Amino acid sequence: MSAPDADTIASGRRLGVPEQADADGEGARRIIRARGLGRRFGDRPVLSGLDIALDRGGFLLVTGPNGSGKSTLLRLFAGLLAPTAGELEVRSDRRRLGFLGHEPLLYRELTALENLDLYGRLYRVPERRERIGMLLERFGLWDARGATVSTFSRGMVQRLALCRTLLHDPELLLMDEPFSGLDSDGADLLQAELADPGGRTLVVASHQPERIETLATERLALA
Amino acid sequence: MTGYLADAAALARKDLIVELRTRDTVPAMLLFVVAALVVFHFALPAESSRLAASGMLWIALLFTALLALVRAFVGERDQGTLDGLVLAPCDRSAIWLGKTLSVLAFLLFAEAVALPAFALFYEDVTWELVAGVALANVGIATVGTLLGAMAAAARARELLLPLLFLPVAIPLVVGGVGATVDDDPGRYLAFLGLYDLIFAILSWASFEYVVTE
Amino acid sequence: MSTSLRNNGAALLSLSAAALLVAGLSLAIFWAPEDADQGISQKIFYVHVPVALTSYAAFFWAAWKALRLLWTGEDRYDLESYTAVHMGVIFGVLTLVTGSIWAKVSWGQWWVWSERQLTLFLILFLFYSAYFMLRYSTDPGPRRSRTSAVYALFGVALIPVSFLAIRLAEGLIHPVVFKRDGPDMEGSMFFTFCVCFLAMLALAGALYRVELSGKRIDANLRELRERLA
Repeated sequence: MSAPDADTIASGRRLGVPEQADADGEGARRIIRARGLGRRFGDRPVLSGLDIALDRGGFLLVTGPNGSGKSTLLRLFAGLLAPTAGELEVRSDRRRLGFLGHEPLLYRELTALENLDLYGRLYRVPERRERIGMLLERFGLWDARGATVSTFSRGMVQRLALCRTLLHDPELLLMDEPFSGLDSDGADLLQAELADPGGRTLVVASHQPERIETLATERLALA
Repeated sequence: MTGYLADAAALARKDLIVELRTRDTVPAMLLFVVAALVVFHFALPAESSRLAASGMLWIALLFTALLALVRAFVGERDQGTLDGLVLAPCDRSAIWLGKTLSVLAFLLFAEAVALPAFALFYEDVTWELVAGVALANVGIATVGTLLGAMAAAARARELLLPLLFLPVAIPLVVGGVGATVDDDPGRYLAFLGLYDLIFAILSWASFEYVVTE
Repeated sequence: MSTSLRNNGAALLSLSAAALLVAGLSLAIFWAPEDADQGISQKIFYVHVPVALTSYAAFFWAAWKALRLLWTGEDRYDLESYTAVHMGVIFGVLTLVTGSIWAKVSWGQWWVWSERQLTLFLILFLFYSAYFMLRYSTDPGPRRSRTSAVYALFGVALIPVSFLAIRLAEGLIHPVVFKRDGPDMEGSMFFTFCVCFLAMLALAGALYRVELSGKRIDANLRELRERLA
């Protein structure tokens, strides 16, 4: 696996697998491409032999029971893990990728504002303060902005995690069980976001996909 | 360039704010270093030389530093926030720099108590000692941060970090004690500077490989 | 390269190692002259120094493979680097043991801090032992390979720095009581030394090959199992 460059988040090639030329125009449209993708932890294979093609603007729904490797797949897409077999190409860079994993990736001892400010700086979000304010309002956290995350309820934490994920207006959104922990208001907000993603490409992993099934353009069921 | 430094500064500030609110690390370090110095009094025979006392100080400082280094990445890993930093578009070495700066700050706090305690219990604190400590701090923070990131990815991390760190810290002890007791401290201080240069560059350059897959 | 040729390569190396070892040791025991000052105890030098140099060579080899791993990302370098470190540690322990024997015979003590090489090896032994602890505590995968590689690189940076430190420390802590210069080597001694050095390198190389192929077979087996599953 070669080190990812600035324009590709995840690029993994196993030795000996020949690269196949893209058909005309396919390269520009395809945002995620995987061939024979596999990931093993020690001796235990979690994913193997996956072939995936996702176009920009698409919505890939990944389903499967717990332990089927949904989280691992999303982490592979995000570049947090490297493949141990097969090829993976994700044509996006870290600046334009939003990731919502199992963990909210928030600092418990910082306030909501401080958390978003930190990520806003790291992602070079333009008009940072305004954008943070707008997101906090949208997800109903404006009043709690000065409270540390340790005081938040589970639903509030998840909502703040969503703010963090959307803060830098990513073009590719990877979400792992985004509805978990959300109360009904939060769930409605998220549903609205997923229904009208404004040109974003979405990959959502869920083991209870009833809410969003109809929105997906592609499906991948993991065993 | 300014973006890089701004990232490191933002990360260092984050660590300091977290420490201010939780007060997990620095109070423990302060208490530990003073306790260690007291214990050493009973371990040293009467009429011990300046050399012996200085040696004990450096041992105390090393082990106090380990407290800070272990905690540097454990929190990030357990809460998963290290993923958040690795996902961010910033240079991974900026993460290292931010952590190193906050570890340095913690060390300075600990030494602000340790050195006066040393002066009280044992020997005067000379400028050579302070210079030695300052230079050694850089070495400890830079290498220790990298090793801390390595250890945090492993099981039994609290046990692993001292094993990884102590052999590499031996030259620092030589430099520090030498600067304190020898007639020609310049040589030892220069050596510490050389150590800092070599290992800071190595740590800075290799951090990327330790936190990514 | 066909399997039989590869096997012959490894076998050839092992045979050469055995031959060189026998030759070198015979030369050392029977042919090389006794040192004027130190007498027969000096003969340990023919084992001690080659073993030490081989250990250094192994660590540098490991660092080179580590660098290749980080540069190309190809996982096979991980096994090569790890095996080389293993060789380095084995020969490092031999260095410490032979050095200790030499010290006992020369000065009546099992350990002398003023022996710079020995102290350096002690530090390296600690460092590279921690390498194994690191590997043992980390789950196998790309992260473990990269972390081990970085650590192996730190090791070779540590060698010159520690050596400097030991020299500086001598003035401070340990009075330089026992001093020994390398023996002034006349032709016959030098020749014997070279043979022994080559023997140790060949031995290390042979062991390296054997262990590496063993590990590779294990890895291939695992992969086949996974494919069939």
